Amino acid sequence: MKNILVIAETFQGKIRKTSLPAVTFAAELAGKVGGEFSIALFGSGVAGLAGELTGFGAKNVYVVDAPGFANYLGGPWAKAVVALAQQAGATAVAAVSDTFSRDLLPRVAARMGAGMVSETTAIVGDGAGVKFQRPMWAGNVLGTVEVRTPTAVFGVRGTDFDPPKATGGASAVQNASIAFADDGKATYVKFEPTVSARPDLAEAAVVISGGRGLKDAAGFALLNPLADMLKAAIGATRAVVDAGICPNDLQVGQTGRVVAPQLYFAVGLSGAIQHVAGMKNSKVIVAINKDEEAPIFSVADYGLVGDAFKILPELTDAIRKHKGL
Amino acid sequence: MKILVTAKRVTDPDAKIRVKADGTGIETAGLEYKLNPFCENAIEAAVQLQEKQGGEVVAVTIGDDDAVQNLRTALAMGADRGIHVKLPDAQMDSDLAARILVKLFEQEKPDLFLLGKQAVDGDSNQVGQLVAEYLDLPQACFASKLEVAGDKLTVDRELDGGMETIQVGLPAVVTADLRLNTPRLPTLPNVLKAKRKPVQELTIDALGVDPALTVATIAYEAPPARKGGIKVKTVEELMDKLVNEAKAL
Ligand SMILES: Cc1cc2nc3c(=O)[nH]c(=O)nc-3n(C[C@H](O)[C@H](O)[C@H](O)COP(=O)(O)OP(=O)(O)OC[C@H]3O[C@@H](n4cnc5c(N)ncnc54)[C@H](O)[C@@H]3O)c2cc1C
Ligand SMILES: Nc1ncnc2c1ncn2[C@@H]1O[C@H](COP(=O)(O)O)[C@@H](O)[C@H]1O
Repeated sequence: MKNILVIAETFQGKIRKTSLPAVTFAAELAGKVGGEFSIALFGSGVAGLAGELTGFGAKNVYVVDAPGFANYLGGPWAKAVVALAQQAGATAVAAVSDTFSRDLLPRVAARMGAGMVSETTAIVGDGAGVKFQRPMWAGNVLGTVEVRTPTAVFGVRGTDFDPPKATGGASAVQNASIAFADDGKATYVKFEPTVSARPDLAEAAVVISGGRGLKDAAGFALLNPLADMLKAAIGATRAVVDAGICPNDLQVGQTGRVVAPQLYFAVGLSGAIQHVAGMKNSKVIVAINKDEEAPIFSVADYGLVGDAFKILPELTDAIRKHKGL
Repeated sequence: MKILVTAKRVTDPDAKIRVKADGTGIETAGLEYKLNPFCENAIEAAVQLQEKQGGEVVAVTIGDDDAVQNLRTALAMGADRGIHVKLPDAQMDSDLAARILVKLFEQEKPDLFLLGKQAVDGDSNQVGQLVAEYLDLPQACFASKLEVAGDKLTVDRELDGGMETIQVGLPAVVTADLRLNTPRLPTLPNVLKAKRKPVQELTIDALGVDPALTVATIAYEAPPARKGGIKVKTVEELMDKLVNEAKAL
């Protein structure tokens, strides 16, 4: 665990900012075990982005830039990551937990013979006795986990580690020559991005989530003016996504996105365990629900009992006035 | 087509889980157990494929003696036979589960291995990917749509930021997301029929699997509770709190 390789992620030609808290994790772990860390960037035409990663105290920033890496495929990518880890002498690999790394990292772990900790939220202790914490049972339990293999792989929960700090010094950029080993077993067909002018759920300072209480697409659209004013991301419960009102990547919860914004509005949603698992670390939580017994009120800082169809326009108006818009 | 599919036993997904006072595990008294919801999606997908094009569906569970109940649910949903590898949850991590499943895959030689994307007790989201790497098979994780054409499978995958489509050659490993399908409820006649379907019992010794864990959960605790908040009566009061107390606007 003394030489940690962090995988930085790109999305549509840019560094995915939400993948960077893994750098903070690696810096902390390196400090606690007396080691060092480097950052790896895989892709096609990504070399120009390396400069954005050199200021965080990494020893090296490795760039693997080849046409084969234009699209992700689990098998070939796992081979490439492990090949780079070997070249770099890395004994641990870490990345922020999202659908990219959840797909990739277990394969990397199997290939390295490493134990993997999913959704790591904290590092406990130091030196040879270092351990890790991770949520289980939809966040109802916090487990302390010990890695029993000489090498380790970490999925890092992005909301539990800050964005990395600039350290002043610059890391060396290394172009690593790792071939894309296409085994022909899988092929990429297409990607249909969720088109939205709003900020990404994991990056927004304000998130407004709606639930089944908003009834249908027209009801759900009542969140839009509020989101526009607050530059907020919109989230949803599984019920809303299942009903086809929202794309799946807006689902907040145990099996969707995990968010921890400064301000979270929960509107017309009950606060099922599975939903709360994805938002309970938000700084301030506001719940609007017509049922005063709804479980969401037990995690909300401010609860307003009432009809969302009546409250939303009033609240939107009040915020408009407050902002002088 | 021969399909291998998982049927993991988990604590009721909607139960409020409490940690034992001594931190050695969770309080299990009075808890109900269910089939892992993602396994339900995997089983439903397997049975639908079988209904379309024939073949065999073999369901597998790794767990203590009671896990056979959940395996029977898989049989009642339409799986043809079951395999129960007896091993208590407490002696397992995702890697050990994966290495056991690898052995079963090698024995059964299915065309397709369908798993859930995540077990809702451990929330690890690792096993399918581990199995795929150990067997050097292609994987399609977080599947929300499956289409078979010949020896190829086209899969829609639910990703952060959008929907991806990939094609994998068979044999392949697929992990199911919740929107893959709506799992059927077993009918009473099928529950009765399931009682007579064959279930093979195995141990990890018989399979020749090393019981060593790569990661071990050594302590359990309740997460810090959120401080209780207050109820406000009006939008004005809410605005006042958000602006002046929380300074959130
Ligand atoms: C394996 C599994 C994984 C899951 N993962 C997730 C997940 O990641 N994320 C997730 O969100 N869910 C998840 N779920 C689903 C979860 O269990 C709940 O079913 C879901 O969150 C409920 O959505 P809801 O709150 O929108 O709907 P409901 O529970 O139906 O709540 C609707 C609420 O709206 C209120 N309401 C109705 N009308 C009004 C009105 N006019 N004004 C104000 N309030 C009103 C009602 O009082 C009620 O509280 C998962 C479930 C399973 C089994
Ligand atoms: N003990 C088990 N028995 C059968 N299948 C399992 C077991 N553990 C995990 N799985 C399968 O692997 C998937 C992912 O599990 P996990 O990586 O533990 O979240 C689950 O959805 C199941 O399909």
